[in-house]
Amino acid sequence: MSETILSESYKRPASTWKFLLSELKPRGNPWTVFNMISVPTVMVAAVIIVIRFIYGLEAVSNVTQTMPWGLWKGFNVVTGVAFAGGAYVLTFMVYILGLEKYKPLVRVTVLNGFLAYTFYAIALILDLGKPWNIINPVIGNSFGTSSILFLVAWHFILYIVAQLIEFSPTIAEWLGSERARRNLKRLTIGAVIFGITLSTLHQSGLGALFLMAKGKIHPLWYSEFIPTLFFISSIFAGLSMVIFQGSILQKVFAYQMDEHSDERNNVMIRGLSKVCAVTMFVYFFLKIVDMVHNHTLGYLMSPMGAWYMLEMIGFVLIPMLLFVRGVRLGTPFIIKLASLMALIGIVLNRMNVSVIAYRWDQIPRYVPTWMEIVVTVSILFVQIWIFRWVLHRMPVLRTMESMTEKKAKHYEVTNHA
Amino acid sequence: MTIDRREFLKTLGVAGASLTGVSALGKTKSDSDPEEFYAILHDITLCEGCQECEFACAAANNLPEPSSDDYPDSSIKRKLKPDQYSVINAVETSVGEVYTKQQCMHCAQPACASACLTQAMKKHKEGPVTWEEGKCMGCRYCMVSCPFDIPQFEFDDNNPKIGKCQMCFDRLTKGEVPACVENCPAEALIFGKRSEILAEAHKRIIEDPDSYVDHVYGEYEAGGTSWLNISPVPFEELGFKTNLETKPYPELTKGFLYSVPSVFVLWPALLLGLREATKEKDKEGDDHE
Repeated sequence: MSETILSESYKRPASTWKFLLSELKPRGNPWTVFNMISVPTVMVAAVIIVIRFIYGLEAVSNVTQTMPWGLWKGFNVVTGVAFAGGAYVLTFMVYILGLEKYKPLVRVTVLNGFLAYTFYAIALILDLGKPWNIINPVIGNSFGTSSILFLVAWHFILYIVAQLIEFSPTIAEWLGSERARRNLKRLTIGAVIFGITLSTLHQSGLGALFLMAKGKIHPLWYSEFIPTLFFISSIFAGLSMVIFQGSILQKVFAYQMDEHSDERNNVMIRGLSKVCAVTMFVYFFLKIVDMVHNHTLGYLMSPMGAWYMLEMIGFVLIPMLLFVRGVRLGTPFIIKLASLMALIGIVLNRMNVSVIAYRWDQIPRYVPTWMEIVVTVSILFVQIWIFRWVLHRMPVLRTMESMTEKKAKHYEVTNHA
Repeated sequence: MTIDRREFLKTLGVAGASLTGVSALGKTKSDSDPEEFYAILHDITLCEGCQECEFACAAANNLPEPSSDDYPDSSIKRKLKPDQYSVINAVETSVGEVYTKQQCMHCAQPACASACLTQAMKKHKEGPVTWEEGKCMGCRYCMVSCPFDIPQFEFDDNNPKIGKCQMCFDRLTKGEVPACVENCPAEALIFGKRSEILAEAHKRIIEDPDSYVDHVYGEYEAGGTSWLNISPVPFEELGFKTNLETKPYPELTKGFLYSVPSVFVLWPALLLGLREATKEKDKEGDDHE
């Protein structure tokens, strides 16, 4: 299977349009387990979405007057954006700090970030009551400049553009246009600086959204420092995603890897683990400071307190220690486990702030319908489809090889070794 | 000598008066913005729970009238709905059954309006907070932000509206009073400039301290609202939210919003500086992959 894909991609038709058409065709075996699960799920989701737009949100969702935001906002938007934080952290490390050794991860992470943001925007549109008015905060005389959401929306849009610019040289390479690639490449550093600035603001801005919900969010999760906490946790959330996703890509796209990519990957994830461990420590420490500052220690002895401790100890402290241990022992498995646990911790945190600890005192509690879950999962599936389509065709993971031709000292060494 | 002293004291007095005058002027000026809003007082001791205000509200806003089996009863809690902007509830208290009225509080600095990214929620200088359909995108952030849980969303509609009391803004601009106030047979609702209404509320409490608790709900809640309540029993007994901030809710986001421009100026400069500082000065043209 791997040979056929490689050879096909090198048979380039003369015209760009023919090439694009040939690239659009699906390749490989369509009867994979993933496809057999994802295709029916997405088809069901499509029906659910039609129902939602005919009969209103209530027909498919359990959101209520007191619980206006449910799974789609809490998971697909608030949690997902944290997961996509890897792009700004990695571009910071590579383009600003000049840590060239992480360069092989940049393209795939930026691509993932770009797709993630695009699909969160789609999730948002599904959730909006009047999605056709989404244009209002962008054009016209309806600028709600005092709104955190206005800020977040704008940063969302601009950051999607910045990420597209960051990724565009890859597209140019794929289309075989060296001149376009060179020109687009010149925009990268500007897009990176702009993108990091935007990310700082909207990662924290997503937390700031909940500042006015004081009294509605359980005191253990409500804090005037939510923006700072969201920002710091987005660093290790994004990097954990890079590590975890990398371990899957290594297997699924094994045909694109060379014999040294494993080793190289381990070096990179070890470095990223250190960043994760340190930021998680800062995060954990700030959470404790915040708890002391807001006098919320007393709440720890309640059911919500136990839930809080599960999040903080089980999925922040323990993965932090695992990252440290993984780096010490140099065991990729421990690091991957730590990254998975850190990701679960982020899901818990974001879901707690936006859904679970929001109106924790309400009876009956909000529980998403199966239809909400199907749509949430389907959005991820479609995102993975496109991600997979791009990875099979564009030089995203394969830059590792193409780099050897140009200049990358230590890869040359490893390749000749 | 005496004249001198008198002169001296006079001068002192004038100076003092002008000083206090200036400070008093400054004070009234800073307070006058919320004070000049219109306000409505609900005197719970006078309310008879007749629902006339609900019917008037429905008629004024083209909403369905409450059905005949939907009346205040202390065994149930009636709720606001997208098509019901005002509800009367019967509450069994230590002084017997009293009636509360729930509707938008029309905060002086509303969380919903500051949350709204399209200015669909808008605070008017007359006092009302209104919702404009053409601007709303249905994100429901106003509902997340409202400390009183007032905005009601039509979850069962494919072109949903937000339903909430508009303080009869149309009638106000025509010089009329809100429909509920006009139709209250018990005169439990009074309407006027907020400072006058607030003074009246305090006057009633002072003149008859046995009938009221010394608390005008809405004077400080959420930074002050245009809807005020006075009650014979403490407000927590009536199910009013009593854990609210006394400063306006938009203040909670101010620190963050103010930091945005600084980040936008400082970050790019810092990042560019860092990049230059860490760049290996040899080779590495802009083509490095």
